[in-house]
Amino acid sequence: MTVPVHLAPPKRLIDATIDGEEVRVPEGTTVLDACSASGTEIPTLCYGDTLAPRNACRVCVVEVEGARTLAPACSRKLEPGMSVNTDSERVRHSRKLVLELLGSSVDLSTTPKVPEWMDRYEAEPDRFGPRAEPAPLGERDARRAGEHEAGDGTVAATVEQPPKIDNDLYVRDYSKCIMCYKCVDACGDQWQNSFAIGVAGRGFDARISTEHDAPLTDSACVYCGNCIEVCPTGALSFATEFDMRQAGTWDEEAQTETTTICTYCGVGCNLTLHVQENEIVKVTSPHDNPVTHGNLCIKGRFGFQHVQRRGEGAGKGAEKGPL
Amino acid sequence: MDLRFLDETPNDAEREAVDSVLGPPESGWDGGTRLDTDLRYARGGHTARDRRDLLLPALHAINDRVGWISRGALDHVCRRLTIPPAEAYAVASFYAMFALQERPRRVVHLCTDIACAAKGSGPLRDRLAERAGPPGGHDGDVTWHESPCLGMCERAPAALAIEAGTRPRYAVAAPATPEALDTLATASPDPAANGHANGHAAGPSANGHGPGPADRDHPAAPTTFDGAPLPGTDPEPDPADAVPDAGSSDHVLLRRIGRVDPLSLDDYRAEGGYSALREALRMGPAGVLREVSDSGLVGRGGAAFPTGRKWQATASQPDRPHYLVCNADESEPGTFKDRVIMEGDPFSLIEAMTIAGYAIGARTGYLYIRGEYPRALRHLENAITVARERDLLGDDVLGSGFSFDIEIRRGAGAYICGEETAIFGSIEGERGEPRTKPPFPVEKGLFGKPTAVNNVETLVNVLPILLMGGPAYAAVGTEGSTGPKLFCLSGGVRRPGLYELPFGATLRDLIEAAGGMPEGRSIQAVLLGGAAGAFVRGDELDIPLTFEGARAAGTTLGSGVVLVLDDTADLVATLVRVAAFFRDESCGQCVPCRVGTVRQEESLLRISRGGDAASEVALLREVGQAMRDASICGLGQTAWNAVESAVDRLGLFGPAPGEPAGKQTS
Repeated sequence: MTVPVHLAPPKRLIDATIDGEEVRVPEGTTVLDACSASGTEIPTLCYGDTLAPRNACRVCVVEVEGARTLAPACSRKLEPGMSVNTDSERVRHSRKLVLELLGSSVDLSTTPKVPEWMDRYEAEPDRFGPRAEPAPLGERDARRAGEHEAGDGTVAATVEQPPKIDNDLYVRDYSKCIMCYKCVDACGDQWQNSFAIGVAGRGFDARISTEHDAPLTDSACVYCGNCIEVCPTGALSFATEFDMRQAGTWDEEAQTETTTICTYCGVGCNLTLHVQENEIVKVTSPHDNPVTHGNLCIKGRFGFQHVQRRGEGAGKGAEKGPL
Repeated sequence: MDLRFLDETPNDAEREAVDSVLGPPESGWDGGTRLDTDLRYARGGHTARDRRDLLLPALHAINDRVGWISRGALDHVCRRLTIPPAEAYAVASFYAMFALQERPRRVVHLCTDIACAAKGSGPLRDRLAERAGPPGGHDGDVTWHESPCLGMCERAPAALAIEAGTRPRYAVAAPATPEALDTLATASPDPAANGHANGHAAGPSANGHGPGPADRDHPAAPTTFDGAPLPGTDPEPDPADAVPDAGSSDHVLLRRIGRVDPLSLDDYRAEGGYSALREALRMGPAGVLREVSDSGLVGRGGAAFPTGRKWQATASQPDRPHYLVCNADESEPGTFKDRVIMEGDPFSLIEAMTIAGYAIGARTGYLYIRGEYPRALRHLENAITVARERDLLGDDVLGSGFSFDIEIRRGAGAYICGEETAIFGSIEGERGEPRTKPPFPVEKGLFGKPTAVNNVETLVNVLPILLMGGPAYAAVGTEGSTGPKLFCLSGGVRRPGLYELPFGATLRDLIEAAGGMPEGRSIQAVLLGGAAGAFVRGDELDIPLTFEGARAAGTTLGSGVVLVLDDTADLVATLVRVAAFFRDESCGQCVPCRVGTVRQEESLLRISRGGDAASEVALLREVGQAMRDASICGLGQTAWNAVESAVDRLGLFGPAPGEPAGKQTS
């Protein structure tokens, strides 16, 4: 892999302390970067390696000595003399609660690493009571800001609702959405500049939405699938993956990943083909590619079906006979 | 930007409303008539996108004109401003006062927040539901909603009706009698108000681009709202009625309330108005900064940050331009001080903003006022127009060479927009979501530029500071809390209202100034600082009302709310309402607040229905700690304060009052 040449002037090195260990990092380094470099694992959900930090999920919070509140590791930059604790009682408590609050309101069944973190922080999402019934499709999208029906506290409110299936290429299952804003940023000015989706409503009723909750086919969506690429929970997925999961045939263990080059145009985007039983089931792209940073277009992302139509096209041609 | 629209067209009224803010469209590219020449060039780019901050005024204009925002209207705004429809929808759906589905032109907002609930808003709500159907109905002539605090707590329970039309109108019922509420909720909308003969659409000053044609009911200036109340309703009482001891010679901040006509600049000048600005121009920006620093003034919005330091830091930033933002989004339940100032003495705020702009080197000040304050908006729109006419705003203020102007931005029903960084997003035409600090506003604020954000009460304190001199001002009050302070007293006292006392008075002094409690009533608890504040017990009235005194007593002054709950108040119901408030007003950005406020409400609901308080309190405490530690902004960080104080200080769910924090057991 080629590495981009840095043309910026060299950065000043600063000294700080993380978990009692002295670290020396270039100015502007975030706590998360410094921890990754030193091997300290910090859980992240809304952080995207190709996107500006949104610090919305708060699962990465750390304790900065002397600060009134905890700070998000993904965006807080280390300052000279700063002392950071990544595993204090307060940190563990907040991480546990964030996992519990998410776990009790969102379907995290396809979010990687969550079971491990739940275990590590002793999170028990069930203690807020039985989950409320999923909302009918469209009900959450019609909610008015600043108003809600209070209920009686016997069930824990969730964001669950049926998945939105309005096109052939991908499915939006917002029961799994943790509101990380990554799809909005990838669709908007950080990568795709399509601006097909935004965060509508507010508070617990905030949701990812097109204008007036219009179907994707009426929206500005160009089906690049870059939102799927960054979605951390599987709320956005390939129709192939969604269907296979429904059918119970999705088996990540049995999949191979092969990185190759897209054949459609001359840009040379890298594709990682996920193959199960000799069928391409989804396509991703390496985030460390210096040209595309994991972004693709509709052809690279979804234009793989022809590869697996073995025999179909040939048969049709044969029927027509020679010229 | 290659935008895709839903291809629905606005009707004439919607088009007119948008054009009243943005001016007529230039070409087919931005929603006008398509001409052959349009095909020879493309319009858009930065020129169009730089007007993104007009999104909120444009949405208001549609909502004011038709009562709701249709697909066609939203599409039209997006074309005019080059905004992706999904983003505009994201913004419009953020605010409680906008509707994205058709609804009646008249909307009644019935306040059911803590101060109004303590004064019987519950039966009014039931009556309204019975007569006008469930809240948010789309049929009939009128719809209604339960509202968070409307800022009329001194005459609770309060209701506000707003009727869309060519010239939107409003009416206030406070205290709301069942009969007055019936009139608001059942009268059919005035058909004349939807015609074209009744004047102009949304006030031209909504976008800050100068005075329009002369007004029908007030010749001095055009305003968004018609001055006359909705037909069949009573006129609003005088702003001075909110100040029980109006006219007292001890008043500094409130001294003009009730003595001047709030619409008259001459009155204001006759009572000493604009002498502080002259003094400021004489001493120069550095002199103003020195006096304000010497005065020891700290912010009155709740956070108590030293104003002089904030101004100094903004003024010294090399990046230009600098901005001033006046935070008049007063929405903390129980707070109404800024409304009284803006309604009763609007020129004082305009003068104070001019001085602040001068001190920090800003040419533009944004006055962000909450959407539920139609009269304050009207008085400020008038004041700004009149000040411009008299060279007190605009190029070359008073011949000094200093140029400064003020643009009003109206909120649309979102408490969070009073957060000092969320207010930037709202003004910029984005969602009102708080930003992560650092960087702080003095470095990167409005439009990414150095910005000083000050509350209304903070700003008007600058006038006496300049007239008295910083050190003399600092001699008022106590060492740690200088100057006079406004307290919003509501609830069970005899004379609720706005009181001005020098720092140092105790809670008891304040309650006695309000005539104490009515015969036979005692104080169960006092909520200090609003929903984000904390309860103290009825036997803790010796707490000094100073920043340091409140801190020493383990509580907070916040924005100056003193809400007295008598022995008849239902404290658990009050806590449930506080929890509902935070759930409704959370922006939804971060998990601890977005979900934590929901879990907090659910837990309190279980308690109120006889659940096991001890285990619920343990759960509340855990959720509360995470909200306080890990939320992005002050809303989430304080969402558990009131509940915590009710548990630990009032001993609501178990331990005896007075037991120290953290020892609740059953």
